[in-house]
Amino acid sequence: MEILVCVKRVPTVGGAITLTGDQRAVDTSASGFTISPHEECAVEEAVRLTERFGGSVTVASLGPPAAEEQLRACLAVGASAAVLIETPEGTETGPLATAAALHAVAAAGDFALVLLGNEASDTGDYQVGIRLAHLLGRPVATGIKELTAANDGATLAATRTYRGRVETFTLPLPAVIAVKEGINLPRYPSLPGRLRARRAPVSRIPAAEAIPPAAAAAPEVRMTRLRVPDLPRKQTTVLGSGPQAVPALVALLAELRVIE
Amino acid sequence: MTVCCLVELDGGAVTDASLRALTFARGLAVDGSGLMAVLFGEDDPGAAAAAELTAFGVTRWLGVTENGGYAPLAQARVLARAAGGAEPASILLAAATEHGAEVMAHVAAITGLPLAANCTAVAPGAAGEWQVTRQRWAGLLLEEAVISGPTALLTVAPEAAEAVALESVRQSAGTGELLADIPADEPGLVVRADQRPAGAGGGSLASARVVVGGGRGVGGAGGFAPLEELAGLLGGVVGVSRVVTSEGWRPHSMQVGQTGTKITPDLYLACGISGAIQHFAGCSGARHIIAVNTDPGAPMMTRADYAVVGDLHQVLPALISALRDRAAGQPSSVQR
Repeated sequence: MEILVCVKRVPTVGGAITLTGDQRAVDTSASGFTISPHEECAVEEAVRLTERFGGSVTVASLGPPAAEEQLRACLAVGASAAVLIETPEGTETGPLATAAALHAVAAAGDFALVLLGNEASDTGDYQVGIRLAHLLGRPVATGIKELTAANDGATLAATRTYRGRVETFTLPLPAVIAVKEGINLPRYPSLPGRLRARRAPVSRIPAAEAIPPAAAAAPEVRMTRLRVPDLPRKQTTVLGSGPQAVPALVALLAELRVIE
Repeated sequence: MTVCCLVELDGGAVTDASLRALTFARGLAVDGSGLMAVLFGEDDPGAAAAAELTAFGVTRWLGVTENGGYAPLAQARVLARAAGGAEPASILLAAATEHGAEVMAHVAAITGLPLAANCTAVAPGAAGEWQVTRQRWAGLLLEEAVISGPTALLTVAPEAAEAVALESVRQSAGTGELLADIPADEPGLVVRADQRPAGAGGGSLASARVVVGGGRGVGGAGGFAPLEELAGLLGGVVGVSRVVTSEGWRPHSMQVGQTGTKITPDLYLACGISGAIQHFAGCSGARHIIAVNTDPGAPMMTRADYAVVGDLHQVLPALISALRDRAAGQPSSVQR
């Protein structure tokens, strides 16, 4: 089974989000980068499917030259080929053009399955996978937390839970599936994996070549500026230290009517 | 021009998320052109929900009989047609639920229009444009943006509006129709969901009144007994931070946060959780937060309403014993 997994380089955000001076980007001068958690699981799921059915995993990313780092991280955990659709540093590509760029890679190969994360953790556009499926003319399912392949590898049962109901979509391959964290527990890279990833080639295509002019000119949502919402500054009441705080804690639970 | 809203039903009633979206949409349909709802379900879903739709300001609805289960692409085709045509809707929107998000993404792909996901505010801009505020990073960051086109496609974040019915119901009820001509499924492309009830525990984290949270401070897969016992005493459930699920101590279905579940309990009791911002993306909807942590400077402690400095493995057993004594009508045995 040949599988394409689409991943995105996003900042590692821990304590707080800070913006650049022009308020048009997240300040990443002090942060590292990673791929979205959903995508980490997409890569792992793809590797597991090829371990069962044979075939190989290709990873693709639309991003700046430095996104090579994220592609190599995927190579270290079992992907065997990587494609970087290169954008100029500091530019942001909208979901319509992103899907068109990924389509160029997806249509060039013979992929039975294209896996993505359900949404990128930074921009959260919730649409690239579905736009890509339409460009490919393939069925799609999103928000998937469990994938079960039929024994012949010709169909996939894709499952999630929504409003207390388990929903299962049965997709004939080829198909596009956007998964969520929790579908699996991604493996750590092995030492041989890391060594292999360091030497593996990463092919590069300029985004301007991958994105057809019509898609590049299509209207996108145009960001004017970013803003960190004001977190309500809470006055924290310290109830005490250790078990000595318990009477105050019990009184509080009663006051909040959590206990009778 | 009409504002058109996808309305989701649960057991024939409009979901809270869709009532919020309708309330939000009503605020955009102020030029008298009307608020249209499109609903999918068994038999005649519009007729069943007519009173609710009218109470929320819907002037016209289109009911669609859904045969063979939920299919996002099939819903999107109906929506694209209902909102398009010679006089397109100015705005087509849905609640930013899993269903709303994917149906709207299909509409965007069908029409080639931009889609702004998780909007919290929308206002008219220049001609043919709307100014939107939308969430990035699950709401930890906001984006001010402009969306243009014959129809603005949006999903609406739950934070955008509370569900509020009209103060005085209009003289005339809304009018509705049942769609007669439903586009046929393209085999192999339109996939329909097989839906069955989830087993016990499904979705209980999202709706729990009390959540007892555990993080790295729990120490390992074997350390959750006091959290589970406390959750039982308080009529709540246990939730966990991302580190707990990525270490495999507990399943991902218990995760609170950006990539897990968003919770809205009356009380969130966060134990041994340092509080990465991705965690706040999941728990900031809690009415009250109590944090228990050995580090008084941890973000979870400084952003909580109440804090207890200490090891959860000492504090929780003492709390459990005090709650048991209290329930048995005995004075607290905790040493002051």
